[in-house]
Amino acid sequence: MKRVGLESSLAIAEAVRLAGVDVVSAYPITPQTHIIERIAQMVADGDLNASYIPVESEHSAMSGCLGAAAMGVRTFTATAGQGLELMHEVLPVASAMRLPVVMAICNRALSSPLSIWGDHSDIMAARDSGWVQMFAENGQQAFDLTLCAFRIAEDVEVLLPTAINIDGFHLSHVIESVLIPEQGEVDKFLPELPRPYVLDPRKPLTMGDFATPELYIEAKKSQDVALRNSKKVILQAWQEFEGVFGRRYSPVETYRADGASVLLLTMGSFSEVAMEAIDRLRESGEKVGLIRLRLWRPFPFEEFRQVASQADLLVVLDRAVSFGGPGPVCSEVQAALYPLSKKPQVAGFIGGLGGRDITTEGFEDMIRNARKKADAGRLGEVEIIGVRE
Amino acid sequence: METLALYVPRLLEKKENFAPGHRACSGCGEALAVRMVMKALGKNVIVVMATGCMEIISTQLPYTSWEVPWIHTLFENTAAVASGVVAGREALTRKGKASSRTKVVAMAGDGATADIGVQALSGALERGHDFTYICFDNEAYMNTGIQRSSATPFGAATTTQPVGKISMGQNTWKKDMPAIAVAHNIPYVATASPSYPFDLMNKVKKARDIEGPAYLHILSVCPTGWRTPSDLSVRIGRLAVETGVFPLYEVENGKYTLNIDPPQLRSVEDYLKLQGRFKHLTPEMIKEIQEKVEAKYAELVEKVLFYDGF
Ligand SMILES: Cc1ncc(C[n+]2csc(CCOP(=O)(O)OP(=O)(O)O)c2C)c(N)n1
Ligand code: SF4
Repeated sequence: MKRVGLESSLAIAEAVRLAGVDVVSAYPITPQTHIIERIAQMVADGDLNASYIPVESEHSAMSGCLGAAAMGVRTFTATAGQGLELMHEVLPVASAMRLPVVMAICNRALSSPLSIWGDHSDIMAARDSGWVQMFAENGQQAFDLTLCAFRIAEDVEVLLPTAINIDGFHLSHVIESVLIPEQGEVDKFLPELPRPYVLDPRKPLTMGDFATPELYIEAKKSQDVALRNSKKVILQAWQEFEGVFGRRYSPVETYRADGASVLLLTMGSFSEVAMEAIDRLRESGEKVGLIRLRLWRPFPFEEFRQVASQADLLVVLDRAVSFGGPGPVCSEVQAALYPLSKKPQVAGFIGGLGGRDITTEGFEDMIRNARKKADAGRLGEVEIIGVRE
Repeated sequence: METLALYVPRLLEKKENFAPGHRACSGCGEALAVRMVMKALGKNVIVVMATGCMEIISTQLPYTSWEVPWIHTLFENTAAVASGVVAGREALTRKGKASSRTKVVAMAGDGATADIGVQALSGALERGHDFTYICFDNEAYMNTGIQRSSATPFGAATTTQPVGKISMGQNTWKKDMPAIAVAHNIPYVATASPSYPFDLMNKVKKARDIEGPAYLHILSVCPTGWRTPSDLSVRIGRLAVETGVFPLYEVENGKYTLNIDPPQLRSVEDYLKLQGRFKHLTPEMIKEIQEKVEAKYAELVEKVLFYDGF
């Protein structure tokens, strides 16, 4: 194990190398380019014994992953923003066909206006694609969760594609202090890929059939059950990860949440800034804490309810707009809380779009603002914050 | 003739890797072509198929007609999926878990090939993957109900370019997909027809055994879409060749060969008049088609002669 200063994108490439990925099928888009360029270099140098397919589009990038994964080899790609949109048609096919592709998404805003900078519009539009979806906050997590993604996706109890979300630029292009393990340690954690259902002339299988109304709904139910059940394996994988590497992950992580009457909820790299805001508010005696949602799909209902139900007010930051509706994360957590008899009020904010920063003060303001709204009984509206009118 | 009829079927591979019992319309030239292709390919093959008639008729859950590993994902990405399958085979071969003798064959209709999937196909051909791509060309989107494609011939009636008071059907000339494949400088491009089974099967074997990308374009008569009697598919396929409408040729590393070269081309009318999709054609349009066919054919003959050293 060695500690290095490494750009988060390169940390992901390093995880891909240590995982011994067999096929990479990728198309460049800012801010994902550093990941795939580094992997291409590793392949060119013979440091990674993989086939790299330099496809002509993201639609083909994901399609190439389907073909490779169906052969039963370890498969990786990465994309962002418009690239994920162009893949959109292929994403639910990967999950429905139970093909364990791993993808890093450097979350990016959607056109138009064209923006290469970060927000969560891309992944929120792909939310219902049936993939396991997690969010990393820093370079170490980007590395760790990429390794975990292979372990989770390929488990015979799961066999589902898995996405690791890292914020474009805010995380992808930031140099972080990252512990990189030795190959032997990785091998202890990540077993060889099991190959239960593959394209093999010795055991012919028909994959991707067509279904009439008599069978389609059964196929979808079993897919939904598989994604829900994957949480068991995710928890187990994270436990094993802690055993080997000493770092612990949970579907819902918190920061100074004990006894908090107000909880802020964030996803991805903005959580680190939010922690500073929590520190400051705590120092001035306010009972506030933070929820960092690590696992987005399958949604960790139990863990989330357990933490969130103790507060009086939950302040949710969405970094995507569901135009004409509530923020996607906000509507999700509200739905999760609704059946509880004791639940917090929820204040939804949208911010950090297209790479706009939210500062420590910004988070402090958000919490104060939420309190005011709650006192005034005005929580119903979504508010886009930080807009120059 | 009788002795020939007894002898010829014996030359054919008996094993059906595309099993009967599928749901193709009777007289379907595309299903016939798939059957012949599968006889020629043998067992050590992985088939990647696009959405379209052949996919729908052969894999309704929980049934399958495929005796070899087969995968379908979407309509337009077949060449890209095949790229991934080839890369996966390479990775497994490196680890001693598979053999490069396992061939990867992509199959798609003309819509999946010449229209919506042309980008993915061009990418895969340009990258040089070791696979065979077969376009089963029935000259329209048949699976969705006879809509026009860029491979629909001039004058044909389709449901999206129908004949009407001010329309005579397709008003563009058929996209020359084999020429597009040739432009990628791949080792093998050929046209074929199930009306010429041995020629077809030889070409399939050649394409399969060549290292690098190979492209086969098979004209597949569709009685449903072409409005033809279902017992005439083989004859109509022959007429397409005998009239020069669909010449059978090969391009091996750029070298053109004409495989069937009738001493004299029949009039295109012999081909057109059997098909309901052309029944509205005026003598002027038929003349226009005749001229176009002759010009294209002459172009092809020129290319063949060029490589013969003339
Ligand atoms: C993205 C997308 N657009 C449209 C369709 C609808 N669709 C399915 S098959 C098909 C036509 C297939 O035509 P072709 O490729 O010529 O094959 P054929 O059915 O004629 O054999 C169409 C338009 C689809 N499945 N996916
Ligand atoms: S519509 Fe045409 S191509 Fe499709 S199955 Fe019927 S005859 Fe064959």
